[in-house]
Amino acid sequence: MNIVNILEEIEKVDGEIYERLNPRRQAMKDFFNVGKKISLAAMPLALGSMFNKAYGQTTLPTAVVDVLNFALSLEYLEYHYYNHALLGTDVTFTYPGASRAAITVIRDHEKAHVDLLKGALGSSARAEITYAMTDFTVGGAFPVYGNYATFLAVAQAFEDTGVRAYKGQAGALIVAPGVLQTALQIHSVEARHAAHIRQMRNTTEGGGVAVKPWVSLGAAGQANDSGVAAVDDVYAGEAVTTQLNIDITAITGAPDSTARGKAAVESFDEPLDKAAVVKIANLFLRTGFKL
Amino acid sequence: METLKENQDTSPKETDILDARLQRRAFLQYAGAGAAVMALVAAGCKKDRQVTIGTDVALDFNKETDVLNYAYALEQLEAAFYIKVASSLPASFTEAQKNYFRDVQYHEIAHREFFKRALGAAAIGNLEVDFSSINFSDGAAVLSVAKTFEDLGVAAYNAAGPKLKTPAFLLAAGKIVSVEARHAAWVRDQISNGSFADLTSLSGLGADNGKGLDAALTADKVLAAASKYIKTKITVSNFTI
Repeated sequence: MNIVNILEEIEKVDGEIYERLNPRRQAMKDFFNVGKKISLAAMPLALGSMFNKAYGQTTLPTAVVDVLNFALSLEYLEYHYYNHALLGTDVTFTYPGASRAAITVIRDHEKAHVDLLKGALGSSARAEITYAMTDFTVGGAFPVYGNYATFLAVAQAFEDTGVRAYKGQAGALIVAPGVLQTALQIHSVEARHAAHIRQMRNTTEGGGVAVKPWVSLGAAGQANDSGVAAVDDVYAGEAVTTQLNIDITAITGAPDSTARGKAAVESFDEPLDKAAVVKIANLFLRTGFKL
Repeated sequence: METLKENQDTSPKETDILDARLQRRAFLQYAGAGAAVMALVAAGCKKDRQVTIGTDVALDFNKETDVLNYAYALEQLEAAFYIKVASSLPASFTEAQKNYFRDVQYHEIAHREFFKRALGAAAIGNLEVDFSSINFSDGAAVLSVAKTFEDLGVAAYNAAGPKLKTPAFLLAAGKIVSVEARHAAWVRDQISNGSFADLTSLSGLGADNGKGLDAALTADKVLAAASKYIKTKITVSNFTI
């Protein structure tokens, strides 16, 4: 019985076996330590246990499964939003400059996130959300596929919500460090997307909206800096200036009180709890398919 | 006072002075009276020179405070860099770029000071940085180093986050890392528009474009990558999750 041969066989059908096993170094270690002591007859049982740990479906705690399914729901929404913008026959705006390439990069990442989460969840994955279950115009209120600037405004809301949602769930993943790291790696990609979409909105075609790559205060000092009052919920609580009881406005080095207030808000992104995210996500899901 | 040693550089660095002044001002504002007196004494002794803790730093990630100290060290490095950049912004920068570099400077100072205060007595000392390899008047060079620091910062937080077991600390790190990712995306777009999330280019830092995963790099590798900019010797242990 040669474990290397077994792993190679599995690699032929699952190219990611080593990566699946790698975060489970302890499982491997445990396995080999045990292997020295147990008889050959017991090996298949021990192997089965190791792969269970590697593939994870049976070992992920319920709370972790819930977080991953929640994340999967959001990734489906983001993916469909961009994918339809690239492929939908009812899209009437044209993409200026390099914008189609940027949206393609983002769409591809969202698809990769969907696939990654589905793979991690296995049979515990939630039912697929299809484009037909969504309504990104929110009953016609947002002409997201008819107006490029509106499309970007809602994209910004999606990305900033995504960043806040992952941040809000991080604590629930402390029990599963490997899963937490993966979630963090998705989280910062969403932040990169958000920063770029915000810059796309700066362009004339994008609406000429003066948003920064980072979440700042609105023109009137409000938490929502997007210029779209309809998405106030996305930025609720973003105007926080105290972290762990430390007044951030006092430690930015910015020259005046207005600048200090903005810097304090900008330097820390705030989380959003599940209920608040679900409320936002449900705006874009048709009746019968809401979270 | 015997633990403090003066930076041996013969030419006073303007940004170090600014940095030291800022730290002293913030320190005086918030520290207790005794500490304030100490800071005054230190400021008096080391007039307009960087004050550095001379001893090497050893961080054990099995201690949560040391994970936070690791973040504090990286934020010190970033803050020092942006303070120097903002003190004399490259002539080639647009007004928008100049404004955003000032913004990033404020963010990084806020992060540094946040960790310093959160850690209190457990905080490591001031790092001694080495930016002698950077031409601060060259806009392209400044953008390139900014990209390195931001991408490295994201990679560092993503790998170290799972070592934080207190939800409030993990959340604080999460609040900061997404801001670093926004910085990284913006800086990258200044160098090459559209490269904001070029995960393929970040594979050396642990990113995986096929899975849509950003960089994640263990502390030993992060510090090795940053070592040319840090004179203080920092060693880490128990950093794998």
